Amino acid sequence: MCLALPAEVTELLGDDMARVSLDGVGKEISIALVPDVAVGDYVILHVGYALSRLDKAEAEKTLALFAEAGLTSDAAQ
Amino acid sequence: MKFVDEFRDGALAKKLASRIAQSVRADRDYAFMEFCGGHTHAISRYGVEDLLPANVRMVHGPGCPVCVLPVGRIDTAIRLARDPRVTLCTYGDLMRVPGSNGTSLMKAKAEGADIRMVYSTLDALRIAEAEPGREVVFFAIGFETTTPPTAIAIKLAGKKGLTNFTVFCNHVLTPSAIQNILESPDVRDLGTVRIDGFVGPAHVSTVIGTEPYAFFAEEFEKPVVIAGFEPLDVLQAVAMLVDQVNEGRHEVENEYTRAVTPEGNEVAKAEVAEVFELRRSFEWRGLGEVPYSALKLKAKYADFDAEARFDLEYIPADDNPACDCGAILRGVKEPADCKLFGTVCTPETPMGSCMVSSEGACAAHWTYGRFRAASRVKRAS
Repeated sequence: MCLALPAEVTELLGDDMARVSLDGVGKEISIALVPDVAVGDYVILHVGYALSRLDKAEAEKTLALFAEAGLTSDAAQ
Repeated sequence: MKFVDEFRDGALAKKLASRIAQSVRADRDYAFMEFCGGHTHAISRYGVEDLLPANVRMVHGPGCPVCVLPVGRIDTAIRLARDPRVTLCTYGDLMRVPGSNGTSLMKAKAEGADIRMVYSTLDALRIAEAEPGREVVFFAIGFETTTPPTAIAIKLAGKKGLTNFTVFCNHVLTPSAIQNILESPDVRDLGTVRIDGFVGPAHVSTVIGTEPYAFFAEEFEKPVVIAGFEPLDVLQAVAMLVDQVNEGRHEVENEYTRAVTPEGNEVAKAEVAEVFELRRSFEWRGLGEVPYSALKLKAKYADFDAEARFDLEYIPADDNPACDCGAILRGVKEPADCKLFGTVCTPETPMGSCMVSSEGACAAHWTYGRFRAASRVKRAS
């Protein structure tokens, strides 16, 4: 129920609606809850509504943190 | 898929697992509850438990809105759908949830009730616009994630002047449920399970932010780590929880910074506050009556309230007495402990709600976990 997916905004349609691409699949969604999105932004899409904007820089930071996680154990081995 | 596949990387998962293995203390064990069904699903599907040290246990919590909806509410929706004037619109996962006496919305539909599955509240609005002669009722359920879309639909219906659109509101609140797990009279009946910390909701938190959890961290001295729904997110959250426990800290930390901010989505919160207010009490499956744990429409939106328009009376109904969903939702029992599990209760013929939703603990264990459990027994013997 609360599952949601990152989707890329490809077109702003007016009336709080936008077109997004979900790995190539196009879909019209409501951006009433995230009104200031721009084309190229990624949003978290849930039941036809964007819930939040996905922060690309924060995503990169989290992945970098994962990559660092095991370094000490690698060194120990 | 971008921002999905990167968080399922097997090599990174091994690194995170080795970091957790190094961090845990050998002289104690750790029990963490993942509140959301989305986490339960990820843990089962990707075998996260197999990557964790033996002394770290994940307890599955009640965070699946389909699973916590009581039988009485399903019965009410079925009664409503059988009204010949009504078209009942609902999210697909509610269709097979068992009501009383073996009924479900799916069976009511087969018997002729006008029930339609929708993906979005906007679809329900479209049906109301296209069919002005029908009373279109949206059967609204879900946590803080699905509540803002319901609020938007009600306001849009007002703007469009739709008089045949109403909402049967069953929206519930996450913080009240977490509090209920930690302190409630039911604990005496069902027993309780030790919890050293919580993996906090992912998408609920995109809306409410991280601030509402500060209370638990302080009051109950339990660490909370908000985490995304991908397997690496869960592993990282466990690593962060282990660190907090080891260091004697109990803070709210945010692993899901790519989507969750401390304050959440202010627009969504304002829309919800405009349309809804707290119910004094609401029955949850597995948790019983929980005070101030759900929402209803404000008086100024009464024209869109199905409970007012159809004079809906709530009649509580008992669960199947053999079904252990209540204890499973509290983390007191595991799916395989229930004598219905895998015998009469399967995803094709669910007896209880934990088997209906793919995010339910029983469905996740049936789909991904039961063979692993069997092979573990074989290895041990």
